[in-house]
Amino acid sequence: MAKSTREFSIEAAGLTKTYGRAKVLHELSFAVRPGEVVGFLGPNGAGKSTTMRILTGLIRADAGEAFVDGISVAREPQRVQERLGYMPENNPLPEDLRVKDYLRFRGRLKGLHGKRLRTQVSQSLEWCDLHRKHSRRLIGQLSKGLRQRVGIAEAVLAQPAVTILDEPTIGLDPHQILLIRRLIEQLRGKTTVILSSHILAEVEVSCDRVLIINQGHLVAAGTLPELRHEFIRGETFEVVCKGSREALEAVLQAHFPTMQITQWEDLEDDWQQVTLETDETNLPAEDVLRQLQTSPELTVREWRERRARLEDIFLAATRRSWDVESSASNTTADA
Amino acid sequence: MRRLLTLIHYEARNLYASAATYVAAVLTLLVMGTWYCVVLFDLSAQEQEAAPATLFFGFFFVPALIFVPLLTMRSVAEERRLGTLQTLLATPATASEVVFSKFIAAYGFYIFVWALSLSFPLITVQYFDQPDVTQRLLEPGPLIGGYAFIALSGALFVAVGIFSSSLTRTQLVAGMLCFSIIFILLVGVPVIQNTGFAPDLNLLVPEEFLAYLQVTYHFDDFVRGVIDTRPVVYYLSSTLMVLGLAVLVVESKV
Repeated sequence: MAKSTREFSIEAAGLTKTYGRAKVLHELSFAVRPGEVVGFLGPNGAGKSTTMRILTGLIRADAGEAFVDGISVAREPQRVQERLGYMPENNPLPEDLRVKDYLRFRGRLKGLHGKRLRTQVSQSLEWCDLHRKHSRRLIGQLSKGLRQRVGIAEAVLAQPAVTILDEPTIGLDPHQILLIRRLIEQLRGKTTVILSSHILAEVEVSCDRVLIINQGHLVAAGTLPELRHEFIRGETFEVVCKGSREALEAVLQAHFPTMQITQWEDLEDDWQQVTLETDETNLPAEDVLRQLQTSPELTVREWRERRARLEDIFLAATRRSWDVESSASNTTADA
Repeated sequence: MRRLLTLIHYEARNLYASAATYVAAVLTLLVMGTWYCVVLFDLSAQEQEAAPATLFFGFFFVPALIFVPLLTMRSVAEERRLGTLQTLLATPATASEVVFSKFIAAYGFYIFVWALSLSFPLITVQYFDQPDVTQRLLEPGPLIGGYAFIALSGALFVAVGIFSSSLTRTQLVAGMLCFSIIFILLVGVPVIQNTGFAPDLNLLVPEEFLAYLQVTYHFDDFVRGVIDTRPVVYYLSSTLMVLGLAVLVVESKV
């Protein structure tokens, strides 16, 4: 049986879940430290929501064990739920309750009473900017963005050790997304946050670390630079310069033989937009710029290192796991 | 306990905020009031052996068949459809607390509506103001026995309603399921026995036991003012069993 340590807020050890014939989770293991904001990513049907539902005690894993704040979810689900705030996908809320009444009701269920209940409700309302007229409105009359804020206010109402937010920005406009991002930013350090989202730019900005799962397997885990290092080969630079292609090629040949020109586009007044790519990793961008500037035949106006975004990492990580999966099935078929 | 009280308060509020509850209550009182009038007209036309309360409560199955499905069909099915059942069970509230709170709120309203029917004899007595009419209409034995029967059988019916609602996310399906199960509980065993559909049934299960399982079997004792522990055990245990099944369904279908 797996044992938990208080070093982690969340620990999943070998979680396996099957629905009928479909195996949704395959011995999924990961850990999250206290106060971290972790992005939980994966394509549709990867097993994200199932994992979250196991962590909240809503469903049981067929095998493996999950711990929240050092407590086993399977053995003591109620103690876990006392320490957990959860906002599920689509954020279901009772339509005919007023915002404040809803939060009071949920607070009582989470063990808040009397003065503490009043304080926590007003803090949550204020924190999610719902404390003025919105708190007296019926939930059914609220816009999508306000409803999401009510969902987050409810999740953090009892100051949980762990907050799980499943797609908190789904269907929101850019202004509302920015607001939710600020809310998540304010949670940093106060509670451990697991954030599932399909908006990768959102995760890139908000999260300290990223977990990527695909077909029930953990395919990547780490900070953005760590994942970049693991999944993205080489470097890409974008240059706007004046000079001949031959001169540029000569500089590259002399100092960076692995680097190639992959794009050459003429701009106005003899300026060119050039993309340079190399398979080498950790090539210092300033060295490349310095060498280009030393050439008398080249004038550099703009210079940018194109860093791999989370989207590139996500695609690379999930593609690699699909490749592994398909080669394994081919091997089985051949055998 | 505090959590259960919070949930009961929430469920009662949900019930009172729902139009279906009022439609059900008005329909039930209308049917019961009409039936009480029929009983009074029969009494005035010719001498009846049975007490008016006995005749009135003999009609209990009609309100049960209308009222209980309308009252309970929304309880779990609607929460499941909206997804709020999931968020409710992600709090420290257990499935048993959720199911029992829904049961207590619906059962409380069921009893409240039946308690309103006590106004029928009281209004009649006020209107006629004759000692023999008062004595006949407010005879304590049949009245107390009748209401005790309504309270006990009602617990089972409401539990069946909550269970039916836990099986589906469609209110209409839940209502139809509840109606069908209560209908079978009321007429199932006698129909099987009388039609000879299962002639060996009495060999397998003693007739006495089959009769004991009939919801209507204990009615006569109650309206005579005889309150036996056997039917009390039957109704309470079957209510708990049905609610237990509902808890299992809620736990497994989150």
